[in-house]
Order: sequence, then C-alpha cells, then structure tokens
Amino acid sequence: MYDFAYHRPSSVADAVKLLASDPDAKVMSGGMTLIPTLKQRLARPSAIIDLSGIRDLVGISVSAGAVTIKAMTTHAAVAASAEVKKAIPALAAMAEHIGDAQVRNRGTIGGSIANHDPAADYPGAVLALGATVHTNTRKIAADDFFTGMFSTALAPDELVTAVEFPIPEKAAYVKFPNPASRYAMVGVFVAKGPAGVRVAVTGAGANGVFRHTAMEEALAKNWSPDALHDVGTAEEGLNGDIHASKEYRAHLVGVMAKRAVAKAG
Amino acid sequence: MGFEGIGAAVRRREDLRFISGRGNYTDDINRPGQLHAVIIRSPHAHARIKGIDAAAAKAAPGVVAVFVGEDMAADNLGGLPCGWQVKNKDGSPMAEPPHPVLAVGKVRHVGDPVAVVIAETKGAARDAAELVSVDYEVLPAVPTLEAAQKPGAPLVHDGVAGNICYDWHLGDKDAVDAAFAKAHKVGRLELVNNRLIPNAMEPRAAVGEFDPASGDYTLYTTSQNPHVIRLLMGAFVLHIPEHKLRVVAPDVGGGFGSKIYHYAEEAIVTWAAGKVKRPVKWTAERTESFMSDAHGRDHVTVAEMAMDKDGRFLGLRVRTQANMGAYLSTFAPCVPTYLYATLLAGVYTTPAIYAEVKAVFTNSVPVDAYRGAGRPEASFLLERLVDICALEMGLDRVEIRRRNFIPSSAFPYQTPVALQYDSGDYTATLEACLKAADWAGFEARRAEAKKRGKLRGIGISTYIEACGIAPSAVVGSLGARAGLYEVANIRVNPTGSITVFTGTHSHGQGHETTFAQLIADQFGVPMSQVEIVHGDTAKIPFGMGTYGSRSLAVGGSAMVKAAEKIIAKGKRIAAHLLEASADDIEFKDGKFQVAGTDRAKALAEVSLAAYVPHNYPIEELEPGLEETAFYDPKNFTYPGGCHICEVEIDPDTGVVQVVNFCAVDDVGRVINPMIVEGQIQGGVAQGIGQALLETCVYDENGQLLSGSMMDYTLPRADDLPNIKVGTAITLCTHNPLGVKGCGEVGAIGSPPAVIGAVVDALKDYGVRHIDMPATPHKLWRIINANRPRMAAE
Ligand SMILES: Cc1cc2nc3c(=O)[nH]c(=O)nc-3n(C[C@H](O)[C@H](O)[C@H](O)COP(=O)(O)OP(=O)(O)OC[C@H]3O[C@@H](n4cnc5c(N)ncnc54)[C@H](O)[C@@H]3O)c2cc1C
Repeated sequence: MYDFAYHRPSSVADAVKLLASDPDAKVMSGGMTLIPTLKQRLARPSAIIDLSGIRDLVGISVSAGAVTIKAMTTHAAVAASAEVKKAIPALAAMAEHIGDAQVRNRGTIGGSIANHDPAADYPGAVLALGATVHTNTRKIAADDFFTGMFSTALAPDELVTAVEFPIPEKAAYVKFPNPASRYAMVGVFVAKGPAGVRVAVTGAGANGVFRHTAMEEALAKNWSPDALHDVGTAEEGLNGDIHASKEYRAHLVGVMAKRAVAKAG
Repeated sequence: MGFEGIGAAVRRREDLRFISGRGNYTDDINRPGQLHAVIIRSPHAHARIKGIDAAAAKAAPGVVAVFVGEDMAADNLGGLPCGWQVKNKDGSPMAEPPHPVLAVGKVRHVGDPVAVVIAETKGAARDAAELVSVDYEVLPAVPTLEAAQKPGAPLVHDGVAGNICYDWHLGDKDAVDAAFAKAHKVGRLELVNNRLIPNAMEPRAAVGEFDPASGDYTLYTTSQNPHVIRLLMGAFVLHIPEHKLRVVAPDVGGGFGSKIYHYAEEAIVTWAAGKVKRPVKWTAERTESFMSDAHGRDHVTVAEMAMDKDGRFLGLRVRTQANMGAYLSTFAPCVPTYLYATLLAGVYTTPAIYAEVKAVFTNSVPVDAYRGAGRPEASFLLERLVDICALEMGLDRVEIRRRNFIPSSAFPYQTPVALQYDSGDYTATLEACLKAADWAGFEARRAEAKKRGKLRGIGISTYIEACGIAPSAVVGSLGARAGLYEVANIRVNPTGSITVFTGTHSHGQGHETTFAQLIADQFGVPMSQVEIVHGDTAKIPFGMGTYGSRSLAVGGSAMVKAAEKIIAKGKRIAAHLLEASADDIEFKDGKFQVAGTDRAKALAEVSLAAYVPHNYPIEELEPGLEETAFYDPKNFTYPGGCHICEVEIDPDTGVVQVVNFCAVDDVGRVINPMIVEGQIQGGVAQGIGQALLETCVYDENGQLLSGSMMDYTLPRADDLPNIKVGTAITLCTHNPLGVKGCGEVGAIGSPPAVIGAVVDALKDYGVRHIDMPATPHKLWRIINANRPRMAAE
C-alpha cells in the first residue's frame, strides 16, 4: 500500500473536521473493504480516518417502532443481538451470513452501506425495510440513499452515523451466494410492514440494490410465494459474468423471492 | 506408547509445528542484509516489448537494482529448461521454443515476467515498480486451444508453425480400425477436461543468497524437489556448478505438482543476489500465483469405443488436444502423453487402443502436472465413455464394467498402451464400494428425494493410475531428461538413534511420520528414536523429490535397501562382539541375536561399537554405521479402485449437493491408515472441486477472468460431504514394501463418479454428458431448456 497519514479521532465532529479539511482522506470503519483496496494499490488516500475510536458510533437500540444500529456496529454484534433477533429476526439472520467469522467481527453496517458493493447484503435489508440512514448532517430515506453501484447520496465529508429500521410485521432474506466469493450473486429481502410490502434485490443489479415493484404489487395483493409465480424479472439492468448470465440471475431473483416469502411466513 | 510400526494410525508428528505457527517456510527465512524483489509482469497476453524505461525506478528511494531480460541475456544465462522431450508421429522432436527467464522481445501470457525491481523494502520495490514504464505493442492473442488452432492464427512463438508443440501418438491404429470395422455398437464422447489453477495454501517464494568470500550460492525455495532445481537452475540457467549451489526447500505448504517446476523467480533471485551481493527475497502475492504457477489439465478430446454384441470393449480411439500454455513448463510434455495415453486401458481388457495427442501453444500460463497429472484426464475420459457405452448398449453401468474388467488372475497384465500392471483386484474394490455406498438401495433414495423436489443421482468410477514414477531407463527411452530413482541415507548415531536423509520432500504428505514409522519398524526401535531429514541439497545425497505419489514406493524402497545394508553390517559387528558367525546372527526387535540362544546385542550397543571401535573387526569392517541406497524402481505402481458419488440437484437453481461419497482404493500396503485416509479425502476434495466448482477462464484477449479467489471457486468444507474411505489392497509385487501410493488416487478416481452422478440425476432431461465443472448455472440451463419437453411428455 501507499503511505498515508493516520488519524483516530474520538468524536464524529473531529472526524468530519478532518475529512472536510482533506478531500483525499478516507474514513475507515472495519477496513474489510478498504484495506484490501489499499493493499492492492487500487486506492491512494492521503489519510485514513479510523472511526474505531468513536465510542458514540457503536450500539443497538430498540424503540417501540424501530431498531437503530449505529454505524460502527459489527455484523457479528448484529447477528448476536437478542434485541435484533427479537424485533427483526431477518436482519440478524442476514448479518450472520455475511462473509466469514473474521469479516463479521470487523465489518460494520456503516461501512457496508457507505460502500454499496452491488453484491453486499445490507443494502437489501436497508431498502426492503424502508430504513432511514442517519448521517452527521441529515436523515436520508433508503429510497434516496443508494444511487448506483458503489455510489450513495453521501456527500464527500458526510458520515453514516446510524441506520434506523422500522420493525416489520414479516420479513426474510434469502441469498444465492456467488460460488467463489460467497457474496450475494442474487439476494432478495422481502418485508411487510409500516411502509407496505417492499422487495429489494441485491447482487443481481448492475447498478446495485433495487426494488422489485412488480413483486411488491403482487405480494401486496397476496402475501404468498404463489403470488410471484407469474412475476418475471427483466434481464435489462442485471449483471452478467462468468458465474451467472443475466438470464440466470433474473430467474434466481424469482426463486429467491419465493423462498424469502415462504421463509417470512 | 502404543503400536507405532507399519499399519498404525500414528498422529502426524509434524502437525504440532504446523498448527502452532512454528513451521519454517521460505517466507519465514530472512537473511542478514536481505533485499526484496518485485516482479513486473505483463498485463497483456501477447505483446511486443518496444522498450523498457527503468531510469525513474532506478533513481527511486531504496532501490538497489532493476533488471530486465537483456541484462540476463548479457550474462549469457540460459532459458528455463524443459525436462522431457516428446517426439512427433514422424519421429522428429517436439517444438521447444526458448523460455527466457525475463521476457526478451515479446511477452506471451498475462503474468509473463518482464523485469525485476530490487529494493531495501518490499514497499520501496513496489513503489519503484510503478515507475518502470514498459512500451508494449499489443498483439492479437490466442488464449485457448480453439483460438490457437484456427487457420492463420497468430503465432505464440515465431517459428512454431500452427502453434503445434507436438503431434504424438501411441498404440496400434490398424488394430483399432479393424476393431471398429467389426463393432456391434460404438460409444462416442466429446469432452473438455477443464483447466485448473492449483492454489497451494503457501504461495511460492524464493530467497537467493551469494557469499562473495566463498563464491557459494544458496537458494531457499518452495520446491517439491530441491535437487532437481539445483540441477536445472545450476546447469542450464545460471551455469553454477553443483558444489557451489545449495538449494533448500524448507517447510512447504502444499504443492500438488505446482512446486515441482523450475520457475523464473528462483533463477532471478539467485542470479540477482550474485549481482547485488546481498540476499534477495521474493514472495508471490496470491494474484501472482494465479498468473504464474503452472496450471493443470486443459484438454479437449474425442473418444470412441467399439463394442461387441455383449458390450465387451474391442477398441478405443482417442484424439486429444492439450494446452501447453505459452511456454513448456519443466515436465509439461509428458503429462498429456506418457502420463495420460498409457492409462487408457484403465481396468479393462480393451485389446486395441490408439491415441493421438496434439499439444498446442497458447497465450496462457504454462500448463504442467497437477495432482494426478494426465491420469485424471485419462480416467475422466474413460469412465465417462464407459457410462456412455452402457447407455448405448442398454446395460447397467456396473455390469458393463464387470464384463470388461481385467480378471485378478491375469496379472501381470500387459496393456496395449505400454504398461504392465503387476497386481490388482478390481472386483474386490468394486464390491466393497458398492456395499459401502449401498448402491443396491439407491432407487429408494432417489424416490424419497423426488418427494422433496430434489433430483438424485448416483455415479461410479472404477479407475486405475500409474504412479511411483518410474524406472529410469524406461522414462529415459520415452524422452525424460532425468533419472527417477530415489535415495536414502540412514545414519545410526553412536547411541542408537537414527537419522534418515531422504531425497523425497514432504509438503503436506506427512513423511516425517510415515517414514519414521517405516524406519522404526525396520529397526525395531521406537519412533521417537528416528528423525527424518529432507529438503536440503547440502545434507542429502542427490534425490529426485516428491511428485507422482512416488515418495513411499520409490523413496521408502530406498530406505528399506539402506536399512538392509545397515543390518547386514550390524550382523558382522554383532558377530564379532558375540564371538559368533555372522551367518548365525538374526536381527529382530531391535536386537542382533545368535540364533537359538539368548545371547544378543541391541542396536545401540552395535552402533556404539561401530563408532568407538575398540573391540571391533577393524581389519574387515570400516567403523561407523551409516549407509546409502539408491533405488531405481522396476515398474510403475498401479493403485486403483472404485469411487461412488451420490448427488442431489435442486431443479429450481441447479445447485448440486454431494450427499454421499465412498472411495475404496487399492493403494498397496498401508503404513499409516490415518494419513492414507487424509490423502484420499484431500484428493477427493480436489476431484469434487474440479467436477463441480473450479475452472480457469480466459477472455478472448487472454485476460484471466478467474484470477482471484473472488472468481475462482476452490472447494470449501461446506461443498464437501463426509468422504468415506476404505481400502481393499493387493500388494505391489516389485517393491520391497508392497506399497503403491495414495497421494493422487482421490483426484484421479473421483471426477467421473461425480459427473456420472450429476448426469444420472438429470437422466430424464435427455443428458448424456456434462462437462466439468457442473456449475449451478450450467445445470440450470440444461434443466430449463428441457423443462418444456418434460412437461409435454
Ligand atoms: C472476505 C470477505 C467476504 C465478505 N463477504 C461479504 C458478504 O458475503 N456480504 C456482504 O455484504 N459483505 C461482505 N463483505 C464486506 C464486509 O462485510 C463489510 O461490510 C465491508 O467490507 C464494509 O464494511 P467495513 O466496516 O469493513 O468498511 P470499510 O472497509 O472500513 O470501508 C468501506 C468504505 O466505506 C467508507 N466508510 C466506512 N465507514 C463509513 C461511514 N461510517 N460513513 C461513510 N463512509 C464510510 C470507507 O471510506 C470505504 O470507502 C466481505 C468482505 C470480505 C473481506
């Protein structure tokens, strides 16, 4: 990796100040994505602003209607949280199947959604559950947050501080892992809750996570796997690669969606 | 301490070191004043090098030197040699184009080394490597067999017409034509044997060192055969005589064949260490491994079997194209020829066989031996073809095999493709495996799976392989440029402990345990008294190393021969001490005893007398108790057996799950059943990997699309079933231990059983064969394409 300056601020304000003063600086949460890109010399930040010293950014809280997970909370913590398991079991189960144990112990919700890898799992949950992303300056609705592959609505000096998930009535996530990387080749998160029926597809879209409105309409009328029987998925806009063609991905979206609805009950 | 001799499942003594971080791998070795090398590799599959500007890199902080191909050429260095010459059908030698250590003039695959930057730290070397600017004129690339053989295809090497390395054949064409002329039916199959990328856990690494005072060079390297590297690199590349070059292969974390070969980086760090007069280290990054370790397999084959009215095999005709990659790796030419076509009889009495093999240069990483080397390609072809023949004849897959087996009464059995099998009992391994896998009960399991919406299938393979390579004179006559004996030096120390120096090399196989058991057994001493030393040319007589499951069959035989010499000498010493005739001395349970009496001397007493020869037959015997034996095998060994695989396919997604896997193998005498089980399970894991998961993909420009773990699917624990392993042995008749070999059988026997199971699961979908890997995507396409027809029926 290239040389860089290293900062470990202890407050969000300090982190933002550092970030605003240096356009080439990058924040680091778990480093599970950032460090490999540094090692492969794909990124050359002038400075790394390590958020791990900010105690305020860790923790899970549950209110009557929502689960709020702060940005630096690890996947392992979400997976193990009794509160999350009780309020939104689908979310805990999803976190439990991200990467491997090492990755789950380091990787964070903030890093995952800020990165918006088109094959990541969390974006599916955020979008399907109609979550709200909290940053140091504002609150962003999930529908406005993910703007394309590896891109989000975040401003350059804006930090994710927490994600607030409304508690759904039913939800489930089913993924078809890429055989090699085990990231989602197709992942479908379905939810029925305060924001109605929402279906988010991750892994398949060339522009990252997206909502499947045709499935949402069908499920709003009839919440059952059978309701999806005749709902197709357009191949346009999907990814095709050596592991799966667009056609196969489109097909898998249907299969995973049915399984997710069945799992949600 | 319990029983620990031959046949005991002793725990691997090396594992404490490996699993507690105390191993000493090449990258753990750091020499005083050491520098770091970074190799600049071609990003293009095929390009002319118009110029290299290294001025900025040379001036960068911490940089000691930058070398390019011309610098090596200026020192009159040789290219990387090929160790096996195959001849064309007309008797002319294969095309053997130069293989420069650092590219000169042209690059021929993505990853081809172009320059080396040597600096005080790895970081400085990397920084400087980015400053080297290479001016490439990109040329059209031919990364695949198909592309390289199109009329008018660009040439990988100027002067190698049609990109053909050789066009070789084996067998009796006329006899095969005659067999087809009278055939009742013919089974025909076209198949691809997918290209694999080995991925040993430890990436390759090398540290070169030069002592200006003595003129001695040392190379620490991740090698399966340090003496072979010393010979090839010293004699052919760097022109350093053996006595001035030491090669050490310390702990090595897996090889699977990929660490047999002499690689460019070994020569680069050794030569550069001499140039800069400081040690130079290079360690591959995983991405470099993908584009520079020799790949495996990569065949396209058409095969036909002629049968009589009872399904007996009359003749086999095989045409294979084999991808050599951009250059000839050390043993590449023998893999698709003498390690492949010679195995095409399999376990069957097919009387006439004719095989043609065309080896082709392409703009891809060189291809060489990978676990099984040629034999997995042979067994896959043959066992898949036998399944097709069964379909063609309307015969059961087991029945057609039984009808064609070489009977156990027929050994030694001469095949029509050069080999003479010494022993085996194919019915015994078949029956044991059918029973272990409950073959008879399968249809009930299929029906039960159907109720759960799963397609269940079962597959079988009855395979043979040839390992323990091999009589030197035989391989020499077939084009090998090396001998294939093995050496053992046994040193009984003065107080009776034993140090064994072996020319074989352990890189995961557990030799330190197996060989210690063997020696403990030979001398009747506890294993704790035995130390096994390997991997250092300064300590060990010239040995050939470990590959082709040869270590026990050849290296172990050398140990037995050396032990016999020690015991013979010990008898004479004991006879002197006991005032008896040497002819009356028996050696048993660690004691030299006068037959029929209780008068005896323990091994330690005899060895002490040998090293403190006060009371010693000094007129007749030299002092000391140390012997060396070189053992040249009389034949290959022929392990074989039966593998049965059961899979379930999810028709909605195409996902295959291996739900049952049984292997019953004849590996000859078993020294340590736990290690044998582990070797077979590991081999089967790689075989399942090849059958279902792994494949190397190049795009049409020769870019490696499966160039990292993100895209290359190695098998993981959750891809594998609990692999049941059994043995049903016959003894090898021509080596002293009766051993055959177990390192590769898993990878050789399993792929056809897995694909056979997948095809069986999809039999209602009109499928006769599926090429590897049977990925979910591929299976879903088949299922999806045939669904309408299924519904209509
Ligand atoms: C081997 C492996 C397997 C994996 N498998 C999966 C998988 O199956 N599914 C899956 O979803 N993910 C997977 N991941 C990704 C992982 O789970 C992390 O979610 C991901 O690496 C990002 O989280 P992080 O905390 O490590 O972020 P980092 O790597 O620290 O940062 C990632 C990016 O986000 C930015 N960033 C970080 N935090 C913030 C913040 N609070 N505000 C704004 N920007 C921020 C950084 O600047 C950087 O650009 C895998 C990773 C690895 C290494």
